[in-house]
Amino acid sequence: MIVAEQKSFDEISKMVESFDKVLILGCNECVTVCLAGGEKEVGVLATSLRLLRKQGDRPITTLEETVTRQCEWEYLDQIEKLAEEADCIISMACGVGVQYVAERFPDKWVIPALDTKCAGGSVKHGQWEERCGMCGECILHKTGGICPVARCSKRILNGPCGGSQNGKCEVKDVDCIWDQIYKRMMALGRMDQLLEIEPEKNWSKARDGGPRKLVREDVMIG
Amino acid sequence: MNEFQPKIVAFCCYFCAYSAADLAGSMRLQYPPTVRMIEQPCSGRIDIQLILQAFEDGADGVYVAGCLEGDCHFLKGNFRAKLRVGQAKKVLDDVGIGGERVEMYNLSGSMGPRFAEVAHEMHERIKNLGPSPLNKTAASAPLPAAAGSE
Repeated sequence: MIVAEQKSFDEISKMVESFDKVLILGCNECVTVCLAGGEKEVGVLATSLRLLRKQGDRPITTLEETVTRQCEWEYLDQIEKLAEEADCIISMACGVGVQYVAERFPDKWVIPALDTKCAGGSVKHGQWEERCGMCGECILHKTGGICPVARCSKRILNGPCGGSQNGKCEVKDVDCIWDQIYKRMMALGRMDQLLEIEPEKNWSKARDGGPRKLVREDVMIG
Repeated sequence: MNEFQPKIVAFCCYFCAYSAADLAGSMRLQYPPTVRMIEQPCSGRIDIQLILQAFEDGADGVYVAGCLEGDCHFLKGNFRAKLRVGQAKKVLDDVGIGGERVEMYNLSGSMGPRFAEVAHEMHERIKNLGPSPLNKTAASAPLPAAAGSE
């Protein structure tokens, strides 16, 4: 899933200070699971904004809604009337959702309430870690199901580097993922695979090649 | 001059603080009438939104009273409540109401005197802090002539 984190309240409140009626729009997908932009977080942000603005001479009216997915037009169609009522929309979705909302409601000012962090998962309650680098060409079959693109600080494809010390990374306080890859391959009896040198990766399939677009004519309708 | 009488909401766990309040009553212990109690099945029922809503609806202070640590009827409810109260403190600081207006207490069902003590403690704290910023306008407005109190 996409992992996101709420911006500081101070930052959000500054972005909405010139608006009197806002629609706070949550998303029921990834950001609900990572506790950043679901129905509950919408409620807390709305109440917080009202509490702040009630103390001044410019109270704020909040409209609250959470849609199934902000990254699909059909769900945004359902909030058309709410959006019309509001001066601006605070999207509590990832960057994708924010852009869909902005595109669907071109005359509305849209504010992002979250910082989108990575494609990852929850390793325990309250802790999320990056797992996929979205490089566009998966190599997990070569590395025992552990991704060096997303989880090695240097994205090394033939690791580990010389900075791997006692299973820890030299760049930041994380496990050396190449150490993990070696341990797993050893356990699986596939160490010989690691002797093969991985050639340079075609990064043009990743974000480095520009914005990516997928077209599948077989599933197109209409 | 009317003295400020705070409105305090106490979210009390059924298994401890609520029973302790009962005991305090049986023991004829006095505690401030400014505390309004809300019974909860467990302090772990508390949620940041409930705390914020209490302030929005006019509370000057809020506290959550759960079982002694390690004694929660549902094992971890009071630890979770403690974390949520911590989060509520941060949000209340962010919005300018002040995190010191919310607190977490732990007591057992047999601690009637402690229940009264906590109520006094919170009453004093909120009284010293004054009305919540949301109630300040209302507090400074002249009261109707008939509304006289000490």
